[in-house]
Amino acid sequence: MLYRECGVYRTSYAQDAALFPLPADRLGTAALVLTAVLLPPVLGTYWLRGILIPFLVFSLAALGLNFLTGYAGLLSLGQSAFMAVGAYAGVILYGRYAVPLPLALLGAGLIAAATGAVAGTPSLRIKGFYLAVATLAAQFLITWTIQHVPWISGGVFATINTPTVRVGGLVLDTALRQYYLALTVVALLTVFGMNLTRSRIGRAWMAIRDRDIAAEIIGVRLLKYKVLAFVVAAFYAGVAGALVVFCWYGSANIEEFDLVNSVRILGMVIIGGMGSVAGSFLGAGFVTLLPILVSVGVHKAGALAAGGAANGLVSSLEDLIFGTMIVLFLVLEPLGLARLWKTIKDYLRLWPFPY
Amino acid sequence: MSTDLSFALELLVSGLLVGVLYAMVALGFVLIYKASDVFNFAQGAMTFFAALALVSVLPRLGWPLALLFVVALMIALAVAVERLALRPLAGRPPLALAMSTLGVTFALGGLAQALWGTEPRRLSLGISAEPIQTAGILINRVDLVAAGAVAVIVAALIWFFQRTKLGLGLRAVADDHEAAMSVGIALRRVWVVAWTLSGLVAIAAGILWGNRIGVGFAVSLIAFKALPVLIIGGIDSIPGAIVGGLIVGATESLAEGFIGPLVGGGVQEIFPYLVALVFLMVRPYGLFGRPVIERV
Amino acid sequence: MRKHLRSGSAVAGVAAILALLVASGPAPGASMGGVLTVPQPIYRTGAYAAGGSGFAGGREDYFALLNSRGGLDGLKVQWSECEDAYDTARGVECYERTKKDMVVVWPSSTGITYALVDRSIKDKIPMVTIGYGRSDATDGKTFPWIFPVLGNYWSQASSFIRYIAASVGGEQNLKGKRIALLHLDIPYGREPIPMFQDLSKQFGFEFRNFPLPAPGLEQSAAWVDMARRYRADYIIQWNFGQSCTVPFTAMHQVAFPIEKFMGVWWCGSEEDVRPAADLAKGYVTSNFTGVGRNFPVIQQILATVYKSGKGNIDEARVGTVYYNRGVIEAAVFSEAVHNGIKQFGLPVTGEKVRWGLEHLNFTAARLAELGLTGMIPPVTLTPDDHGGVSSAYFQRWDGQKWVRIPGLWQPYADLVRAQIAKSAAEYRNQKH
Repeated sequence: MLYRECGVYRTSYAQDAALFPLPADRLGTAALVLTAVLLPPVLGTYWLRGILIPFLVFSLAALGLNFLTGYAGLLSLGQSAFMAVGAYAGVILYGRYAVPLPLALLGAGLIAAATGAVAGTPSLRIKGFYLAVATLAAQFLITWTIQHVPWISGGVFATINTPTVRVGGLVLDTALRQYYLALTVVALLTVFGMNLTRSRIGRAWMAIRDRDIAAEIIGVRLLKYKVLAFVVAAFYAGVAGALVVFCWYGSANIEEFDLVNSVRILGMVIIGGMGSVAGSFLGAGFVTLLPILVSVGVHKAGALAAGGAANGLVSSLEDLIFGTMIVLFLVLEPLGLARLWKTIKDYLRLWPFPY
Repeated sequence: MSTDLSFALELLVSGLLVGVLYAMVALGFVLIYKASDVFNFAQGAMTFFAALALVSVLPRLGWPLALLFVVALMIALAVAVERLALRPLAGRPPLALAMSTLGVTFALGGLAQALWGTEPRRLSLGISAEPIQTAGILINRVDLVAAGAVAVIVAALIWFFQRTKLGLGLRAVADDHEAAMSVGIALRRVWVVAWTLSGLVAIAAGILWGNRIGVGFAVSLIAFKALPVLIIGGIDSIPGAIVGGLIVGATESLAEGFIGPLVGGGVQEIFPYLVALVFLMVRPYGLFGRPVIERV
Repeated sequence: MRKHLRSGSAVAGVAAILALLVASGPAPGASMGGVLTVPQPIYRTGAYAAGGSGFAGGREDYFALLNSRGGLDGLKVQWSECEDAYDTARGVECYERTKKDMVVVWPSSTGITYALVDRSIKDKIPMVTIGYGRSDATDGKTFPWIFPVLGNYWSQASSFIRYIAASVGGEQNLKGKRIALLHLDIPYGREPIPMFQDLSKQFGFEFRNFPLPAPGLEQSAAWVDMARRYRADYIIQWNFGQSCTVPFTAMHQVAFPIEKFMGVWWCGSEEDVRPAADLAKGYVTSNFTGVGRNFPVIQQILATVYKSGKGNIDEARVGTVYYNRGVIEAAVFSEAVHNGIKQFGLPVTGEKVRWGLEHLNFTAARLAELGLTGMIPPVTLTPDDHGGVSSAYFQRWDGQKWVRIPGLWQPYADLVRAQIAKSAAEYRNQKH
């Protein structure tokens, strides 16, 4: 009874097309937004810099990959490379050419999107696992180029530092301001993404995912929509990469954008739930937070049990437990955390009645 | 012989010999994919696990007993993985199963280091490191032994898949899970067999790579080098893994030697993928991979 | 019903995680009341575990030694660890979680160092990066909060040339020699390249670099190229972790003599050569600390900490390369804290420790007093010079252990300082 779908009458097209047609959803979303805006000032820098900003950045990257993998059904292991493109593009535009920050973020996304378009063309012919590995060509080519072209990498460290970050007259030098920048960008792109999935493009992607030959026969142009999926995924990754630089690390360092990072983002999409916007956030939360939680828990328990001497053993157990928990969550909810959310909603729909 | 030509030959030979070792790692992926359509992220961790287990018990048990121990360990691992990480997910999307093997990767790496420590160890096969000189080209003895070992293993695998009932069962399952089950093939047993075979291949790969680079956590990263091999050869083909391995080994060696100096080096990682892209444009399921016939 | 149970247990799991999360928030700082807390982000698993565990063991044993003598200026040192798995995101999280209790941060990884450059300034926590990190951080004006103290990569690169010059009978004989750099193709591996190029111009030797895509486990093409085509006279490897071990088998394949092969100090630990055992016999690397147990401070640690069974690492690793580096990190830290307390009194803060580092004066006499004689060369820092342009030790693997090669190899300080000035200017330019 808490989550009611009945009694909602749509009397206009606008209501029918609303993003959140149910009052319960609207209420929930409003509460979420309020929390995201009002809670952080109380939390302090550890929560912002250690947890929330990384979470937002990875959510954005995972959301982008979810359009590609979850909606259009195309696997990619190149998301990390597009983040690298965005990171370097952003810092070069902002630092070297003094482009205002919002435009630098947009530019980072667009440049990444352009590389995504090139990297996505093989998807017309190559599918599934083969496509995923083929995207690695982009991953290695991009990281190699960034390091070996001094104009991009800024010389021998292949690391570019950000100047003081300003939006208009406001200096983004506190964790809270950096968080709000990340939150704003992520919120805008999330709303855009939610609408995108409900548009003609989103429907075309889903048709391709479900059976691309069938989609082609009913008139979906495969090349256009497949490449578009890569473009959108790379755009989101690019903006996320720029946020890494402006809001999180303060420098663009090529080493952070490796293959392992790509696998991690793919993991977020799968654990979170393919083809679900909310799932991208849940997955990003799971994958970024769980190792920290396990680490804190295991080390506290280890310190109680064995003192400091067994630190190496305790750290190894950390990996063991983290891996086991991934398997456990998949066994419990193979369709991702987003499905779990739906199960909770189903439960609330009936509660307190048994059926 | 001109210096350039002999240089090219030397690069080619060393590249091909390394390619054999890539093929060995790729074989592990192929065996599991064939039987279950699962991309096994844990293949690298299994190789590390097997090699570390072996070097840890080797001083106490000696080679024959140590090998026996590791074989038993890999069988136990296959049973455990099937029971705990795969069976509960049977019939789910293949990506969920692949993700589950990613969980296994972390668990296995952590388990190995918890049991046997994190210090890199030595694994010596007792073969002289001095190269053999033939026609001005230096050839590594260890690599030759490795090539021989891989040939034997591949022959054994091909025999197994062509001639034994169990092997035929595996092929049937690879073709169609449900059809195989309906004629009475136990899916679970087939999965255990596939993971066991892949575990045995991991032992061989672990020994060969451990001898070359030492036994440490980095052994598990070798698995990444098998990825272009898989897409060139086809992820479900045993001969494909071998041919793919040779192509990748030769390509990266020659690219580093001849294209590297022109552009500042470090290109050996990129070229196998570019070659793979070209192959995939012609054959989207690899050279020997089974094409998926799509119908509406 | 079963479905409800399943989702119920999942919900319970999520709730448990949230509860843990709330409970695990940062604890309030506690550097008062006679206790000095020393949190360390560190890695004890994965490909580089040998380094992380060695550092931590050395630091903790040194602190245990101090505590057994009544503490550091009367403060009991209370260390803790935060596992970062050599991952930058995890390292930053560790730093943010424990920075309240920190007066110095040891990032122990290049990636984490770069990510903390800005933060450590804002948080007023000095970052001590002995033997790694940004080479230009020697410039205290540009990097007021970073302290390399001993040995940066450019200084080390020039010491290599000094060492090679000595073994070919003088700098004049360097002319026409071919020197190859085998390096990981990441910022760390590329950092020494401009220094070697400058040196090759000055002394007339040929120089070429051979990049290995990380993690650098497959090197045969590079070795065929270096030994058979380039015909290098000397090869220097600039790798990390297991990529340091691969050359010992690879060089035999191309019959390259081990006497002409050398390694950066991050390829100079026992863990790097033991997997190659006798194949590595005769291999030379640089180092910024002495190796072995033959130092008063190590003997004192063995006699007090290990006698009472309170050691923080497997006793066999006491005196190994990574361990001794940890001891030196702790000794530098303690001296800086001591200086800070002497000048400003308690409580200890990051700013006071920074002052202590800026006035670090490890004279031969002071080193002897602390039992560190021979472990590091004497070093004096100033607010402008944060150290790093310093002499290097060299050591040779005899098949069983590292043996120090007598002598100290000076860097070509002018070239190094010119490079530092150039790079620091570039950094200031990036930061506007």
